Amino acid sequence: MTLQARLVVTRPRFRLDVTLEVAAGQVVALLGPNGAGKSTALRALAGLTALSEGHITLDGRPLHTLPPERRPIGMVFQDYLLFPHMSALDNVAFGPRCHGASTAEARGTAADWLRRVGLAEHVGTRPRQLSGGQAQRVALARALAVGPRLLLLDEPLAALDAHTRLEIRSRLRRHLADFDGATVLVTHDPLDAMVLADMLVVVEDGAVVQRGTPAEVARRPRTDYVARLVGLNLYRGVAAGRKVKVGETLLSVTESLEGPAFVAFAPSAVALYRTRPDGSPRNLWQARVEGVERHGDSVRVHLDGPITAFADVTPAAVADLGLPPGQRIWAAVKATETHAYPA
Amino acid sequence: MTTTAARPSRPQERGPAGRLPWVLVLPAVIGMAFLVLPLAGLLLRAPWSTLAGRLAEPRVLEALRLSLVTATVATLACLLFGVPLAWLLARAAFPGLRVVRALVTVPLVLPPVVGGVALLLVFGRRGLAGQWLEAAFGVSLPFTTAGVVAAEAFVAMPFLVISVEGALRAADLRFEEAAATLGASRWTIFRRVTLPLVAPGVAAGTVLCWARALGEFGATITFAGNFPGRTQTMPLAVYLALETEPEAAIVLSLVLLAVSVIILAGLRDRWVSGP
Repeated sequence: MTLQARLVVTRPRFRLDVTLEVAAGQVVALLGPNGAGKSTALRALAGLTALSEGHITLDGRPLHTLPPERRPIGMVFQDYLLFPHMSALDNVAFGPRCHGASTAEARGTAADWLRRVGLAEHVGTRPRQLSGGQAQRVALARALAVGPRLLLLDEPLAALDAHTRLEIRSRLRRHLADFDGATVLVTHDPLDAMVLADMLVVVEDGAVVQRGTPAEVARRPRTDYVARLVGLNLYRGVAAGRKVKVGETLLSVTESLEGPAFVAFAPSAVALYRTRPDGSPRNLWQARVEGVERHGDSVRVHLDGPITAFADVTPAAVADLGLPPGQRIWAAVKATETHAYPA
Repeated sequence: MTTTAARPSRPQERGPAGRLPWVLVLPAVIGMAFLVLPLAGLLLRAPWSTLAGRLAEPRVLEALRLSLVTATVATLACLLFGVPLAWLLARAAFPGLRVVRALVTVPLVLPPVVGGVALLLVFGRRGLAGQWLEAAFGVSLPFTTAGVVAAEAFVAMPFLVISVEGALRAADLRFEEAAATLGASRWTIFRRVTLPLVAPGVAAGTVLCWARALGEFGATITFAGNFPGRTQTMPLAVYLALETEPEAAIVLSLVLLAVSVIILAGLRDRWVSGP
């Protein structure tokens, strides 16, 4: 492991306590809601926030004993923080200059990096004249120009508009693939995390609630927050064989489990009926319509009842069913559409 | 003030339309006249025909030269010590910081004569620091040109410190953090990031400081005395000339007025123009 860290930062009414392991060339995303402590974790790795406890080891050497300027890191800040009084070239040359390169060498390195991020013609441009996407690339070049062993990205795409974001995300992915050090990325956007990272670490209220590859996390969420992010209905219950008891409701699943378990299914797997359907064995419960909202091409129905759930149905189905808030309705999910796993 | 002409008038920002209330307009006009009339009087009474000749008098040139040199040296000294002091007040955290900040700004409100007396007590021949300076280096400040510089710096430095400290407090600290992650030492950060970011504040403070030093009278005459060519700066020369040669006083005053107007013009965009 290139980076091994236990980051503990204690503040009044807040405690961050997370462990991180990142291999060389690996990208780990810290994913979590606002205020979860992910940015604090990143600042602690950079040395901008002091650790209350814990340690940071990079390539076998302790990092937490060093001040920020002595750490072999590169950091891209959320709003980039390009020095407004310097050209793009001097912004990127700043780091190499601080690491002892001559002005000419530093400028050479900087020009090379600007070329690599596709901004060769913007060497003399001041930050305020750069577009958001260009500023982001200068910030990335500036962070990489010092030859860091640990790259830290704080919400690197959050300040971009939707269109630029798409392009910059794929560019960033390529640069991260080329980078041979460890990368820690902070984001609250699950899509950014899934596309950019090899490993997700979900942080809520200062603690890690789940970690795994993007595919694992998307398929097996372990908290309501993660379930919402990946768009699944999630329940925690107790399994016995192919049944999981969630509250008073017994859900049939395909996996055979014992003990505490999660059951997840997609909103599109939920079918709605005005009258009790008969026939095929499936999970069936009576629910109450809380409200409806547009969700892409379909309509998302919020259901209350023995278990709360989201159901995605077609606008035509909404017209047929008539779904005023408070309406009683039957909801059904096939066992084969559920996914159960140990809690 | 100068920019309003270029902008379209926006009456909705001036309050409800209608006649201006005379209870406000009358005192406003009196106040304006009180501020403007003396300056107009100075211009009216100026001996324009003999102006060039009087300006070229050695006594006037001497005072002008001395004023410019001492104010500039005092300002440089204020920059050398005042900018780090402002940085300390804005960035450091130590017990008694608030007290230090209050003490540093005392010369702002202190009558300059009192400042001169205080300087005499400390740097005078019998003063605490004065005795030591005399014994160690053979340097004596009172009634010397160096004394003029000291008196001016004492009175003017708070203007610079306050201006720079304000700029430092307003500056985004995260730029300094970004510089630190790029490997910059504290000194490099200060030199290459902090200082350029607060440069407008430093420039404004420097101009204020220089203007204050140039106009210094009370502390200078108390601490440095009034010796032509050595400690007699423009304000002192004006005061002295008024008793013997009022026309010379007017000429000297005009020079100082011109300098003030030039400074105001330089700062116009920063302070004088309204929002």
